Amino acid sequence: MRPDPYLFIVILIGVALAFPLIPLALAWLWRRFFQPPKPGPDKTSTYECGVESIGEAHVQFHVQYYLYAIIFLIFDVEAVFLVPFAVAFTGLPVGAFIAILIFLLLLIEGLVWAWGKGCLQWQR
Amino acid sequence: MSQIDEQLRTELQRQGVWVTSMQDLYNWGRKNSIWPLQFGLACCAIEMIATAASRYDIARFGGEVFRPSPRQADLMIVAGTVTKKMAPQIVRLFNQMADPKYVIAMGACAISGGPFKQGYNVLKGIDRYIPVDVYIPGCPPRPEALLHAFMELQRKIDEQKLTGADKAEFLKPDQPSEFPVPRFGRHDLEPRANPNVFQPPVLER
Repeated sequence: MRPDPYLFIVILIGVALAFPLIPLALAWLWRRFFQPPKPGPDKTSTYECGVESIGEAHVQFHVQYYLYAIIFLIFDVEAVFLVPFAVAFTGLPVGAFIAILIFLLLLIEGLVWAWGKGCLQWQR
Repeated sequence: MSQIDEQLRTELQRQGVWVTSMQDLYNWGRKNSIWPLQFGLACCAIEMIATAASRYDIARFGGEVFRPSPRQADLMIVAGTVTKKMAPQIVRLFNQMADPKYVIAMGACAISGGPFKQGYNVLKGIDRYIPVDVYIPGCPPRPEALLHAFMELQRKIDEQKLTGADKAEFLKPDQPSEFPVPRFGRHDLEPRANPNVFQPPVLER
């Protein structure tokens, strides 16, 4: 009789749990019985390369950056396709040339649409 | 943690039975995985990088894992000139390291200020603020010297006791794990040295 194929997954889950938990438990036991804890204001403070941290870590970014990133994507994709297009420009058939022009037109259309929507205006 | 008789241990080893103590096992593991804190201050850092690279290969001694966070580091290699602007950060980084932690002062500058000792902005030795375990002279020390210091530190770790009155410093609850961070005073760092760590040498005339 063949063992249940899921049995191995159960065994592996057990090993995967035991592998980190046993060292952690050993370390905890070690700390419990041998190592006296020595917390302090410096030791528990935020690590910032040795410099005292100033202000809050929860900084909010303006939503305008999101629009900015999306519009950047247009130029990013354009560059990715334009460079091989420029390299292979002389050997291209007319069909491929028209295809890349249509592709560019689509991207430019998106840019014009975003422009029309006022995405290029930095709104406060 | 009872001590086993040395003769009995060698006799057992001859028969193929290895007996060890918790202390030996713990120290053996510790001394072979000393993770240094990854930072360099001046030209000594270049030698430190050379030590970590393949030619000198500090990985042979278990020290290749340079940690970018003090939480995971065991060893601070003060490699280079410590300026007074930098000293508070060094002490704070040392404070943020978890016990047990060790310090190697690498090069003449980290020991005493070295050739820049007369400089107005140079700390005359990092041992004014934090306890140093191993000093490496040289300007800069060669990678072999750093390896030697590393081996000396390993020897020191190997001899540290876990129990008893003469147990290691980091196991004593009253021994500090943090040292006061100096502040920028009007002319110099304040205090100019930590009196619990550093006593200036007395001139005998």
